[in-house]
Amino acid sequence: MSEFFISLFEGWGFLKVPEQIEYLSDFGALAFNIWETIYVPALATLFAYIIGLPLGIILVTGEEGGVSPMPKVLMDVLNTIVNLLRSVPFLILMVMVIPLSRLILGTSVGTAATIVPLTVAAAPYVARLVEISLREMDRGVIEAAQAMGCSPWQIVTKVMLPECRPSLINGLTNASITILGYGAMAGAIGGGGLGSVALMRGHGRNQKIVMYAAVIILVILVQVIQSIGTAWSVKSDRRINNNTKSKRRKSL
Amino acid sequence: MRVSEAIIQIQHLSKTFGGGEDAVHALEDISLEIQQGEIFGIIGLSGAGKSTLVRCMNLLERPTAGTVLVDGQDLTSLSEKELRLARRKITMIFQGFNLLMQRTCLKNVCFPMEIAGVPSAQAKKRAGELLELVGLGEKAAAYPAQLSGGQKQRVAIARALATEPKVLLCDEATSALDPTTTVSILGLLKELNHRLGVTVVVITHQMSVIEEICSRVAILDGGSVAEMGEVQEIFSNPTTDAARRLVYPGGVSAVQMPESARVVRISFNGGTAYDPLIASLAIDCGVKVNILGADTRNVGGKAVGTMLLGLPAHPSEAAKALSYIRAQKNITVEEVPDYHE
Ligand SMILES: Nc1ncnc2c1ncn2[C@@H]1O[C@H](COP(=O)(O)OP(=O)(O)OP(=O)(O)O)[C@@H](O)[C@H]1O
Ligand SMILES: [Mg+2]
Repeated sequence: MSEFFISLFEGWGFLKVPEQIEYLSDFGALAFNIWETIYVPALATLFAYIIGLPLGIILVTGEEGGVSPMPKVLMDVLNTIVNLLRSVPFLILMVMVIPLSRLILGTSVGTAATIVPLTVAAAPYVARLVEISLREMDRGVIEAAQAMGCSPWQIVTKVMLPECRPSLINGLTNASITILGYGAMAGAIGGGGLGSVALMRGHGRNQKIVMYAAVIILVILVQVIQSIGTAWSVKSDRRINNNTKSKRRKSL
Repeated sequence: MRVSEAIIQIQHLSKTFGGGEDAVHALEDISLEIQQGEIFGIIGLSGAGKSTLVRCMNLLERPTAGTVLVDGQDLTSLSEKELRLARRKITMIFQGFNLLMQRTCLKNVCFPMEIAGVPSAQAKKRAGELLELVGLGEKAAAYPAQLSGGQKQRVAIARALATEPKVLLCDEATSALDPTTTVSILGLLKELNHRLGVTVVVITHQMSVIEEICSRVAILDGGSVAEMGEVQEIFSNPTTDAARRLVYPGGVSAVQMPESARVVRISFNGGTAYDPLIASLAIDCGVKVNILGADTRNVGGKAVGTMLLGLPAHPSEAAKALSYIRAQKNITVEEVPDYHE
């Protein structure tokens, strides 16, 4: 079996084919790299939302004329921080937050340590995504809620977030995919996962087959996340006439 | 509770947006009283300040000056928290319905009760009853996107009634609806006013809406009240320019230029229509008058309207015609000093 591939790839002009096939057929090693590629961005996404979701909400509710206006100075500071963090290239940011990683995790190297720079880079991005979603909110509905005696907290939790759910889900999909991409980049500074495999083996050791395989797996992961996210968003959106669709399906 | 008790008292209310040179004086020194249980109309052209006024009634907009008393409570003196409680008693419906699109109709009606801390089971039961009341019992599980405009407004009305309000504010509630649906929504408001005793404040730029359901009306023009009183009185005999513009949107058009020296405006305050008057003028006193323009309408089942008459050039004939018209019941005569057009 593997001999067939070896002669096939060698016939195509690839070098060092046997060791690459050996790596790719070691299911445990590959699976572990895939697992790292998923769990690191997943955790980073979670932490980015823990910071970015409230921040995004404040960016909308705290502005002048918002549900709960905040001092303009504070809003300016928040906006500036978000913009600054977003304008630092990720590779540079990763180096810049090394002291922070040491502080939080006690180490700045290794797969888990990349969660810190990923979170720092993604949180302001998530804040903007949340902000964009919440700005789609119909002002009239918020006004109606205020007229019914909703507190700002109730407006956020019972009106804005539920009403913007489809758009927030799209944002989450978008954020996960972006963080997955950043996570692959983190391979450059010693993070694990497919990104590091593609870099170390593909580039470093000229194992091009492994590199293509890693990239193909990343592409598939992105496709899967996008499909699940879109389907979830559409399914959760009650403005789309789900009932008639399902009725039609039943009658067919 | 006496019927004549004022539920809303607005005193010297002013609202200015912005400051300095760009300041917009949306409302200037408005004072009015709305009685418990009545259907009160506020009419005015676009930009007159109607929405601002109604938003001042539940303090969605904080007045620059003046007080707003609802059910004896001065809203301007309340803290944010007290204000939120007070707002349960003065609810609102809108031109754009403003329903929660991700909730079923039943859940929409439950919403204000959820906010007020009503236990879920109890809220659901009451929401179901309210949907029945507005004629949408079978739509409880539907989402707003599946409803027509009229149905959406019915859900909004049910939602507005959930906290048993004393006042229902309607800001252009029928402006997005077709005429037939408008009539049915107005009918519903009238019925609710009758059955539940809820005071209804109707904001509109449509005369027909006021005629259909209001007992009293305030005409808003450029941020102040131009005229206020019984609908029939105001519509049959508008005395200010603002009122005339609304009552006769097309203007009282001149049909033919008068050779006559004097022009009078006669107003019909219910009772007979105007056609027989002109005929009987000719028959009874042998005087012919020019009809320069006329506009009549039906208010509360009675014919009201005005007509511009050009009196004969001869002074004695003119006087004869005038005294004949003055003798008629339900007709008021007013001379138009500088008639031209
Ligand atoms: N938030 C605001 N900031 C500045 N100006 C405002 C604001 N809201 C209203 N205005 C101004 O106040 C005036 C009255 O507006 P308002 O919305 O009350 O009019 P309206 O009678 O309801 O008109 P329409 O029939 O078009 O709804 C307008 O000149 C408007 O431009
Ligand atoms: Mg308005």
